[in-house]
Amino acid sequence: MTGRTAIILAGAALALPAAAQAAELNLICAADVVICERLTEEFGKTHPDISVNMVRMSSGEAYAKIRAESRNPQTDIWWGGTGDPHLQAAADELTTPYESPMQAELHDWALSQARVSGNRTIGVYSGVLGWGYNTEHFAAKGLKEPLCWADLLDPALKGEIQIADPNSSGTAYTALATLVQLMGEDEAFAYLKQLHANVAQYTKSGSAPVKAAARGEAGLGIVFMHDAVTQQVEGFPIKPVAPCEGTGYEIGSMSLIEGSANPDEAKIFYDWVLGAEVQSLMPEAGSYQIASNKAAKPSEHAIDPSAVKLIDYDFAEYGSAERRKHLLARWDAEIGGAASE
Amino acid sequence: MNADNRRLDRVLAAVALALLLLPWYRVRSGFFGLDWLAEVFGKPDLWPGLAQAAAGRWQFWPVLALIAAAVWLRLRTPSGPRRGRTLVWLGAAGLAWMAAQGLSIGTRGWNWSLLERTLGEVAGQPAFGAGAIVAGLFFTCLISFGKAERGALKGDAFVLTSIAVLILLVGVFVFYPILSIFIGAFQDFDGSFTAEGVLRNIVDPKIWSLACLGGGNCGVAWRTFFLAICTATASTLLGLAFALVATRTGFPFKKGLRLLTVLPIITPPFVVGLALTMLLGRSGTLTQWIEAATGYELGRWLYGLTGIWLAQVLSFTPIAFLVLIGVVEGVSPSMEEASQTLRADRWRTFRHVSLPLMAPGLANAFLIGFIESMADFGNPLVLGGSGGVLSTEIFFSVVGAQNDPSRAAVLATVLLGFTLSAFLAQRLWLSGRSYATVGGKGDGGTHALLPRRLSWPVVGVVVAWGSFTVVVYLMIVFGGFVKLWGLDHSLTLDHYIRAFGIDLSDGWRWSGVAWNSFWTTMLIALIAAPLTAAVGLLTGWLIARQRFPGKGLFEFLLMMSFAIPGTVIGISYIMAFNLPPIQMTGTALILIACFVFRNMPVGVRGGVAAMSQLDGSLDEASLTLGADSGRTLRRVILPLLRPAITAALVYSFVRAITSISAVVFLVSAKYNMATAYIVGLVENGQYGVAIAYSSVLIVVMIAVIGLFQVLVGERRLRRRPAPPSPSEAAA
Repeated sequence: MTGRTAIILAGAALALPAAAQAAELNLICAADVVICERLTEEFGKTHPDISVNMVRMSSGEAYAKIRAESRNPQTDIWWGGTGDPHLQAAADELTTPYESPMQAELHDWALSQARVSGNRTIGVYSGVLGWGYNTEHFAAKGLKEPLCWADLLDPALKGEIQIADPNSSGTAYTALATLVQLMGEDEAFAYLKQLHANVAQYTKSGSAPVKAAARGEAGLGIVFMHDAVTQQVEGFPIKPVAPCEGTGYEIGSMSLIEGSANPDEAKIFYDWVLGAEVQSLMPEAGSYQIASNKAAKPSEHAIDPSAVKLIDYDFAEYGSAERRKHLLARWDAEIGGAASE
Repeated sequence: MNADNRRLDRVLAAVALALLLLPWYRVRSGFFGLDWLAEVFGKPDLWPGLAQAAAGRWQFWPVLALIAAAVWLRLRTPSGPRRGRTLVWLGAAGLAWMAAQGLSIGTRGWNWSLLERTLGEVAGQPAFGAGAIVAGLFFTCLISFGKAERGALKGDAFVLTSIAVLILLVGVFVFYPILSIFIGAFQDFDGSFTAEGVLRNIVDPKIWSLACLGGGNCGVAWRTFFLAICTATASTLLGLAFALVATRTGFPFKKGLRLLTVLPIITPPFVVGLALTMLLGRSGTLTQWIEAATGYELGRWLYGLTGIWLAQVLSFTPIAFLVLIGVVEGVSPSMEEASQTLRADRWRTFRHVSLPLMAPGLANAFLIGFIESMADFGNPLVLGGSGGVLSTEIFFSVVGAQNDPSRAAVLATVLLGFTLSAFLAQRLWLSGRSYATVGGKGDGGTHALLPRRLSWPVVGVVVAWGSFTVVVYLMIVFGGFVKLWGLDHSLTLDHYIRAFGIDLSDGWRWSGVAWNSFWTTMLIALIAAPLTAAVGLLTGWLIARQRFPGKGLFEFLLMMSFAIPGTVIGISYIMAFNLPPIQMTGTALILIACFVFRNMPVGVRGGVAAMSQLDGSLDEASLTLGADSGRTLRRVILPLLRPAITAALVYSFVRAITSISAVVFLVSAKYNMATAYIVGLVENGQYGVAIAYSSVLIVVMIAVIGLFQVLVGERRLRRRPAPPSPSEAAA
């Protein structure tokens, strides 16, 4: 019957490309798609014998996929995205410990991830929480430049602010945890309740607020500052701001998946991507995070962490499942309940 | 030797070969890659079934025993009703045993801790592979051959086997995944049982709250329901207006109207939402014009239910039109003429004769609008606002930071509940009434024109909405050529070059970022389309031409899969096909299976409709002349079904390219689909490239649809050219 022939042909057609390649690497990339493509391309140039299958996901998506596949992993390595889900995966033992020879070249904050997780994850870049505002829009409306967390409560900013929903976005959870560490839990929720009056929308994706601000769909987006810088460099009238009271940060991380099919290739990628040469390329791809390799050349646009007042962010505590569940439940009850339109 | 024995010999030989030669389990590197041949002796997992049984995997022994029993029956008992009955039992037992052992023994031993406690440890096993598939088909054949020997359906083994295999496939690819959702709701990620997640979510006020009646916020279930009702109502009314204008007015641009209706079908779903933000968002083009002209600030009204509603009505009105045009045309003019002869004026005729006769079409259009709106994922993703709808909530409860599969399962069940109730309500409402007005008698009249008090407003609405659609599509074309939307409106080709660039510096290299997902999409859509058409039309033929017990139920269950929203399908496939016994995640097969079984109902409908136009005497003539039913299908029926084949091919091809809600869950590093890639671009704010990519997809789809038309060819009934086929309406 024709149906059977078609199935056989289909199967053969699908299997052919698979047969041609010897070594494979399945990479989940939880950063901007441009960076992900750049990484894959560069790795392909230096390692022509390994074919990389890259798929881009948000960090929440990546964790969900790896967890769903825990009994039968399809992924070898998970690069990028906020550190919390990486730590969570390490606590669930979904990822495997590896002590890279490159550790000596890294900043201490990158190694702190490895220390907390027993070498199951490691920092690859870091980003500082802040916001970006649309200067043209602010000028046209005669609004004052928002420099501190307290400035965001100005009633003139009603309907201008966007921030992601911490249930779906690691960025927004970092913001929530930062405010709690900065002000104390009850004060932080009181602050968020006041802020809620000014928030136009709680987006699903972490960097969406500043993209909306760039196009004038909002006035200001609370995001990681490197996302604001990207919009600024693209030519939008966005100015990144680091809050004057102090702010938190993320450590974008990388983990090897426990029980994966290609552990050796994954380790080659792991060591390669921690190198100074690769990390210096990142700004070209529009990624202005702070590199974890000490020798990496910083971009002129990147945020200088020494100029920002950083809090001592407690990754172990705020990355833990109980703390996270508690904060999210409270956010849902006090803020989110009022937000759903 | 008779035919019964001959076909039994064939399948017995096939299963014996499979047990001796084919690896029973799934080969990780790909079966057709043939890499496994080199290492078959070293790895026990690659051994065929017989070797597995000899190596001590006791779960194979019953399989072998059942096959041996079939061989013994073949040699010892002559064919006949008694052997038939035993064969049916053997086949059923084989399938049941394979399912039971496959579901209970996972990669790392027992899947259920209860079994481990009672039966002790067992070695884990990988997923079913080539050998197991052949064995499964063998047992299915035993059932149908046994039935044939007992004389069911005049002993037609081809028909019986088709039915049995279809039921097996639908069971595996439609019902097993849905079942997995319910099981997944009660499972922790390590596989242990817990009801905590379900209990917590099922009473969640964020889903069920009705507070909006008292001025608060309603739960997501009610908001989705409300949105779906609004979308279905608006798109049905607009579709009716378009259909009336096309058939019952002197409106001069009817061809243009038809063209307009094809556009949204071949548009990737979220593109409309994207164009709307560019047009009507806070800093959209139209918004700024209005604000400059009136000084009134419009703000962000687009984000939220209003915007989603607008985008959905734009997308689904043409589909309602396609459903309704056939019905509006089908109302027999004689009825209207009779009414007018009896002195009813045009308004009265329209109100009391024409409109009631259109009821089934209106119900169908409403149902489609309702289900499509419930299932829509792309537009709510782009225009969602703070609160989502069910389909996006499902997505974010899986992928978001909350990653709560039991919440996804509960939400999916709610969504499924809504769509299935709508489906059932429509079936109940329409059953038992007759709307047939086209009879055998000649019907030479023409349709009465619309009453004047109706025709002006209707034409006005149609022109307004039509021009709005045109503007939205112009935005889509334009958006691909503008440097940065909302900032720098100078024209550029950069987006196209970035997406579809070709580097010629050292040989031919596809340097554009879109090529990879583009080729995958084309390959998968081109494989899925003929398979969908084949499975759909075969099923249609069975339903229209064969009588078998349970046919009504069979048809109903098949059609039901149309009412399952894509998000639910995506989630359920991930849950069902990620672990043994059937493991397909990360392959192209899972995408193909998803498309085939999701789009098949349309092929079935088209097939049934077309087949009911062909008189049964054609089949009978062929059968009388000695052809079997397979040959009759191939040589007589298929050539007469060309319009239905084209419609099924086109529909499944287009849906494979434009669907997003299911695909988002099923793409992998190796097989990424265009729509999933474009959603990533939209999330990252790269509207230019996203729109450029979508425009290319639209152009490619138009080209391929034309190609299908040429390949399948016209049906030639008689010498004069055939009248335009109703196949468009089926799509």
